[in-house]
Amino acid sequence: MTGLGGGPDRLTARGVRMAYDGAEVVRGVDLALRDGEILAIVGPNASGKSTLLRGLARLMRPTVGAVLLDGADIRRRPTRDVARVLGLLPQQPVAPDGITVAELVDRGRHPHRGWLRGSGDDRRAVAAALDATGTADLADRLVDGLSGGQRQRVWIAMAVAQEPEVLLLDEPISFLDVAHQIDVLELLCDLNRRRGTSIAMVLHDLNLASRYAQRLAVMAEGRVVAAGRPAEVLTESVLREAFGLDARLMRCPVGGTPIVVPVRRFRGPAAP
Amino acid sequence: MTATAVGRLRARRRRRAVLAVIGVLAAVAAVAAIALTSGAYAIPPTEVVATLLGGGERQAHFIVMEIRLPRLVLGALVGAALGTAGALFQTLFGNPLASPDVIGITAGASVAAVVAVLVAGLTGIAVPLAAFAGGVTVAAAVYLLAGCGGAAGERFVLIGVAAAFLANAILGYLLTRSEVREAHAALVWLVGSLSGAGWDEIGVLVAMFAVLAPVTVMASRSLPALQLGEDAARGLGVPAEAARLTLLGLGVALTAAATAAAGPVAFVAFVSGPIARRITGSACGALVASAAVGALVVTLADLAALHLLPGGDQVPVGVITGAAGAPYLLWLLMTEGRRGGTT
Repeated sequence: MTGLGGGPDRLTARGVRMAYDGAEVVRGVDLALRDGEILAIVGPNASGKSTLLRGLARLMRPTVGAVLLDGADIRRRPTRDVARVLGLLPQQPVAPDGITVAELVDRGRHPHRGWLRGSGDDRRAVAAALDATGTADLADRLVDGLSGGQRQRVWIAMAVAQEPEVLLLDEPISFLDVAHQIDVLELLCDLNRRRGTSIAMVLHDLNLASRYAQRLAVMAEGRVVAAGRPAEVLTESVLREAFGLDARLMRCPVGGTPIVVPVRRFRGPAAP
Repeated sequence: MTATAVGRLRARRRRRAVLAVIGVLAAVAAVAAIALTSGAYAIPPTEVVATLLGGGERQAHFIVMEIRLPRLVLGALVGAALGTAGALFQTLFGNPLASPDVIGITAGASVAAVVAVLVAGLTGIAVPLAAFAGGVTVAAAVYLLAGCGGAAGERFVLIGVAAAFLANAILGYLLTRSEVREAHAALVWLVGSLSGAGWDEIGVLVAMFAVLAPVTVMASRSLPALQLGEDAARGLGVPAEAARLTLLGLGVALTAAATAAAGPVAFVAFVSGPIARRITGSACGALVASAAVGALVVTLADLAALHLLPGGDQVPVGVITGAAGAPYLLWLLMTEGRRGGTT
């Protein structure tokens, strides 16, 4: 399948259902990340978007359906082989005490490393990742001592050092101020443009999602209720259906993408 | 930034780690020199060397080869095993309290060994095997109760501490029920003692090491990824649950082997890892350095027990490691509390 203006599908959820202890959270999702695109998965809390991302990243097994990486079931490939193609930045990764930036970024090389440690390829990839994320100056600093924004750049640098063709991120900007949010999103756009990395990420901010992603998938109650270009997807009816929100839409003066202006939350049985 | 610059940073870290290990090993050698030459019967260094090379007088030969050297070698091996195991646990759980002597694994091994000796009347290889089974049982129980995997380090530690109390209660019961003479022998072993070390015990320990050490080196390749949390590790292509279980199993095996040979020598597993990480500046397990530090801690403590305390070679090494380890624990709790973080 070839998408609108995008390449072939890299990562595909096909009829995916997922559950925690029998409680179904993802209820039949078909969704594809196309080659070279940025896809944002949005939706209200508990709509299943982070769970779907965990499924796409093979962290969790779907109860029904399958996740395909380049057309083949992701669970049938050795996890290390998958890691050479697919990178992941979880919501709250743990930085060990006393680790330097360069060391942490170097850990991204794990899936590429053979028995001999520290090949030239590894060093080149780490250096390139530090440069691409603007963290080269921090290389010898301790991760503990960095600000939140710097730290998130360093984690992205680690994911970049992994040299993935597909990168998944779970709420990469949730704990950052607006300037650092833009900073991280521009960094991701840059990776997408320069390296052709296909990116799927869970975002909460609809306006930033609409501005930086080529496609949006809106989830509600475990299903994708709308998917496509921001201008097609962000409509008053979708916002009402997915978020129970009465909202108006404007055009962004910078990117021409839709901007959501909330009016009020619907109350009552129609939108619980 | 160039690849060369990245390589330079890495080389600098490596150099520091290697120098630290060499320094610790030099200290072990110094302790060994003192331990072999001094004591109730002083033997000049030249004669010790001659004895080690197969010569020397009969009396010197007996003292060096049958008393002092086995004691030294056993101490170094036990320390290395406990140091490695402690560093493994602390790194896997991201918590300095998660060492096998705090979370009941050595206590479990002790119970099983004491049951084997006092109740079943077993001797020889059966005792370390029983200790091993005891350690594994407690570790498995704690692991299952803590709700498996994840970053449930805190839960694991708390349940482990409870398991340690339970095991110690069982030990107390067994000791009060047994004959005085047997109970005394068990008690000395329970404090952790190197006296009466023989080449047989060392042989068993060396054989276990020959299996465990290379497997640990191979398995520890996934440790840096595991340190980043379950999800990040799996994102890097590490089968997190299996890798974690393998490393925990190896840690338990090392602990049980050491405990079976010398008793649960207090605090060695607990202190070696943090010291090793501090001197190497490493953020990861620093397993080799931890092994070296563990060897130094035990041999040095045994030397201190021999020379500083009245009672000579009857003072168990665990008295010294416990006495030195407790203030360290307090210091760690205080400084960690001030920083408000976890290691």
